[in-house]
Amino acid sequence: MTGATLAFVVVAAALVTASLGVVLTRNLFHAVLYLAGALVATAVVFLLLESPFLFAVQLLLYAGGVVTILVFAIMLTERLVGERITQTSRFLLNGAVVAAAVFVGLAGFIARARQPAPAVTPAEDQVAGLARALVGPFAASFELLAVLLVAALLGAIYLARTED
Amino acid sequence: MTGPGLQAYLILAALVFAIGLFGILTRRNAIGILLGIELMLNAVNINLVAFARFHADLAGLVFTLFTIAITVIEVGVGLAIVIAVFRVRKTVDADHLTLLRG
Repeated sequence: MTGATLAFVVVAAALVTASLGVVLTRNLFHAVLYLAGALVATAVVFLLLESPFLFAVQLLLYAGGVVTILVFAIMLTERLVGERITQTSRFLLNGAVVAAAVFVGLAGFIARARQPAPAVTPAEDQVAGLARALVGPFAASFELLAVLLVAALLGAIYLARTED
Repeated sequence: MTGPGLQAYLILAALVFAIGLFGILTRRNAIGILLGIELMLNAVNINLVAFARFHADLAGLVFTLFTIAITVIEVGVGLAIVIAVFRVRKTVDADHLTLLRG
């Protein structure tokens, strides 16, 4: 087993464990902490895939931003102390059957797919390439994304405002 | 040095996707459902980066940047809706939010 394979196995195990924690733990606040772990593990997967820029973006936006917003939302809608934070799940068996069926279907499709060509190492600097792509072929999408961000921010403020 | 191939990453992403789906189907708290959606979007990002890496194509990384930004938007709007619903109904239990049920 090479070092890269070993690293992948360790990170994959951490990612799957944290994901199971997100959906199985009863304490909602703990679920958010598990989600933070899963997001960091995903960032390390990006690092294994030789994308250090996305590793940084993932850590900053997800592990930094999204988790903070989620903690705020829990504090606003639940009592952080006391029993209200626990939550129950329902249809556990049905959910497990559906999720397992989806996984088996996806895995079967992946296993039967054509083996990809051997990996090529990226030639040029990744960040420079990304920057050129964002102002070149993807410039229109990039600008639209900025409009979407502003619209969503305004919508979120409008929805969450106090009535007065 | 040969690491794991493309299929190993795709299987890992499929597993995380299925776990997120399980969370969406079984959670009753609206915030818990949002956590499941986060996991599923995250799994898709792994797929995109893996394809970008094994095909040496930057488009996958650009798509990943876009999906990350859109996920952040989705969380912001989703949590704003959750907070607005909580103000009116005093609960975020999805089973009790039946206002639109026909």
